[in-house]
Amino acid sequence: MRRKWKDGLLLGLIYLAAFVSVFLLAAIIVYVFARGFRAVSWSFLTSVTSALQGTTGIAGNIVNTVYIVVLTLLIATPIGIGSAIWLNEYAGKSRWVRLIEFTTETLAGIPSIIYGLFGMVFFGTVLRCGYSILTGALTLTLMVLPLITRNTQEALRSVPDAYRAGAIGMGAAKWYMIRTILLPSAMPGIITGVILAVGRIVGESAALLFTAGSGYLLPKPGTGLLHKILESGGTLTIQLYLSMSKAQYDVAFGIAVVLLCIVLLINLLTKLLAGRLDVSARR
Amino acid sequence: MGQMHAKSTYEMKKKSVCAVETAAQAIFTVCAFFAVAAVASITLYMIANGVPALWKVGVREILFSTVWKPTAEEPSFGILYIILTSIVGTAAAILIGVPIALLTAVFLAEVAPRRLAAVVKPAVELLAGIPSVIYGLLGIMILNPLMYKWEQALFAGSKTHQFTGGANLLSAVIVLAIMILPTVINISESSLRALPPQLKSSSLALGASPVETIFRVLLPAAKPGIITAIVLGVGRAIGEAMAISLVSGSSVNFPLPFSSVRFLTTAIVSEMGYAGGTHRQVLFTIGLVLFAFIMIVNVTLNGILKKGDDGHA
Repeated sequence: MRRKWKDGLLLGLIYLAAFVSVFLLAAIIVYVFARGFRAVSWSFLTSVTSALQGTTGIAGNIVNTVYIVVLTLLIATPIGIGSAIWLNEYAGKSRWVRLIEFTTETLAGIPSIIYGLFGMVFFGTVLRCGYSILTGALTLTLMVLPLITRNTQEALRSVPDAYRAGAIGMGAAKWYMIRTILLPSAMPGIITGVILAVGRIVGESAALLFTAGSGYLLPKPGTGLLHKILESGGTLTIQLYLSMSKAQYDVAFGIAVVLLCIVLLINLLTKLLAGRLDVSARR
Repeated sequence: MGQMHAKSTYEMKKKSVCAVETAAQAIFTVCAFFAVAAVASITLYMIANGVPALWKVGVREILFSTVWKPTAEEPSFGILYIILTSIVGTAAAILIGVPIALLTAVFLAEVAPRRLAAVVKPAVELLAGIPSVIYGLLGIMILNPLMYKWEQALFAGSKTHQFTGGANLLSAVIVLAIMILPTVINISESSLRALPPQLKSSSLALGASPVETIFRVLLPAAKPGIITAIVLGVGRAIGEAMAISLVSGSSVNFPLPFSSVRFLTTAIVSEMGYAGGTHRQVLFTIGLVLFAFIMIVNVTLNGILKKGDDGHA
């Protein structure tokens, strides 16, 4: 009798804990949308905050975010994929594999504020990039590298060895085999890694505060977009942080709504891709 | 003549294939060592920037003094309270977060009917994806006013208590506890799922109830994975900056639940913007202390994983 009682209690606690986790998420989403949806309007998304014109908007921050995402991925994706290819296809039982995997794990565990400090000193001061989009993107490259490397490695591992043996047996050279057989088969996994990296970049703030700075203006038309790479540019998260430290909570919640929408979208995309991955595995 | 020509293009083609192959391998090797170079240079730069202040101000004055007045006429750079805050805050967040996370992991791996799991699992994944500044915003809007009410009730007659308006250690701990949930849940869940099914069936066959099986057999068997999850949670909590920088208050105090405190991370975030000279160097020392904590976490993790590998082999 006592045993039944105890079992029931513990089971109740298990259900309660799961409920808490779901409730937290639901509460966060509902609260943010309830507070923020009124702030989000067409002009909020397409104009720049200006006292002169009396507008409040985050267009500049949206451009900066997209800029940093694209730039970071352009640098990080090739390196991450290359690293995974070496680890999985070339390294064999090299004793370096352990070191590289350990450092990749370490990179994944370093807090973003440390990346921020390092990026500020190394890319900002030593390499003289200052507070700029480029400094931010280079800093974030280090941060998202493990994500891309690990996902690509996982994807390469799931390609059956028969594919490799078949291609080599038919006389294909190794890189040719990797390029035409392995990478296409591993593509869904690689793309999943890249999308996760996008999520990480969009949500990042501590690593960007002292590297990319807080500029919120739109790049000037024409070659402005090129010059922008060496100018300071705050992403959406940075603007959210600045707004909330200035107690401008309406703007802060408006940005929070935009960020949550992006997060939800990214989550959906990875889900869809994971579904495709399963199907190809079943065949 | 024609034959010779064909032969030479074949040779040339073979040579260029060889060159491409070698180049590809070289490029991939460089990419692979990029991570090593990154970790090495981060370590180097953190030490190079963090150590000078220790020389200049003195190890004891920084690490074992409690007075933090970096901008005073006669500045004092004691970061002991800041270090203590990070340790106490992380420990408290783990104490609150881990039980909830473990039970949720049990729910997902063992208890949940398929339909419920299909709701809880994505919710946990989404929780992991929410940017930390949003946690901070909600902390300010929801937790701080609540804490202020409690504070007013608790310290109603107190003359020694400095009122914080709700931005205190407890608020920050709650935010951190929520933020480590996804990490701990995911890793504990997969370690529970990785257990051999015989374990469960033999326990049930011996007459243990399902709940007893979970708590007496499955959780102990999944211990290495659960420890990994907790260590990762520690890493996440101790390194979090933006979510708690405005929630935890803005002055350096001994870490009591209702005191305004600064963590290692929040001290850097809130002061790096205007700090100069020695103050700035000491902020890098704080960064170095944080980095040292994280390296300890990483090495511990590596140790656990290695031990796990040996155990299976």
